Amino acid sequence: MSNAIAVVAGHGDFAAGIVSAIDQITGRGELLLPMSNRGLGAADIEAMLRDALAAAPVRVIFTDLPAGSCTIAARRVLRERPDLRLVMGANLPAVIDFVLAGEAAGDDAQAVAHAVERGRLALQEVGGAR
Amino acid sequence: MPVELYRIDDRLIHGQVVVGWGRPLDIGFIVLVDDEVAASEWEQELYRMGVPPEMEVSFHDVAGAAEAHARYRADGRRGILLTGDVDTMRRLVRAVAAADPAGAIRQVNVGGIHHRPGRTQRMRFVFLTPDEERELRALAGDGVQVSAQDVPSGRPVPLDDVLAGRGLD
Repeated sequence: MSNAIAVVAGHGDFAAGIVSAIDQITGRGELLLPMSNRGLGAADIEAMLRDALAAAPVRVIFTDLPAGSCTIAARRVLRERPDLRLVMGANLPAVIDFVLAGEAAGDDAQAVAHAVERGRLALQEVGGAR
Repeated sequence: MPVELYRIDDRLIHGQVVVGWGRPLDIGFIVLVDDEVAASEWEQELYRMGVPPEMEVSFHDVAGAAEAHARYRADGRRGILLTGDVDTMRRLVRAVAAADPAGAIRQVNVGGIHHRPGRTQRMRFVFLTPDEERELRALAGDGVQVSAQDVPSGRPVPLDDVLAGRGLD
């Protein structure tokens, strides 16, 4: 069984890119399972997510777009697994934060809330002077 | 303002619809026509949740959508009408032709019908059963222009080319 604690799911290579970046930055990419919806219908995405959850002690699912098909699939799964947490609109700073905090298997609610806040704060704009 | 896009997409409301088409077409409303979703508050909330607040989402079964079609055509905003399968779109086209003849559906976009047993791949994002192929041909026979195109930047591939596998090139 994998020791992944979170699934990262999204369009194209979003998840693979996030996991690759986190592995490069922290060396802990194995804590994440990447999933792409490329070429899959809704039922297949949901089935792939359920397979991932059966194969690892996943506690959190990160998805890219709130309206995306991975998010829809994750919400269907959460209906039967309300213990899981879903973070949609995820970005690299948020997922890194969860990996570093969540590895300790402490308070998931606190770790996820912290990761969400880090992800929000990381979105900044500079420049644009005329 | 007309409904800008009549789309068959088995993922229903998802990224390509909301962002890929929704943004460039400046979509103000989405009509999801699906008998199962129309009967379930939970399913409706599921699909409504991810849509940005400036985009209104409505849910209908086929009969309800046909009945409301003239109202959607008269809406000042641009809209997308979605079904999750070929059969629903075929029934909708016929129902609209009867309920709202002036607004008969003339174009259908095949946006995503994915693999499942019994389907043959016709494009990267289009897999069809023999029945679905017959239904699409029947739609075209009724005067509806059917083409496959997943995102706006893609090339619309006419039905004949889709069924001949020429969209796989």
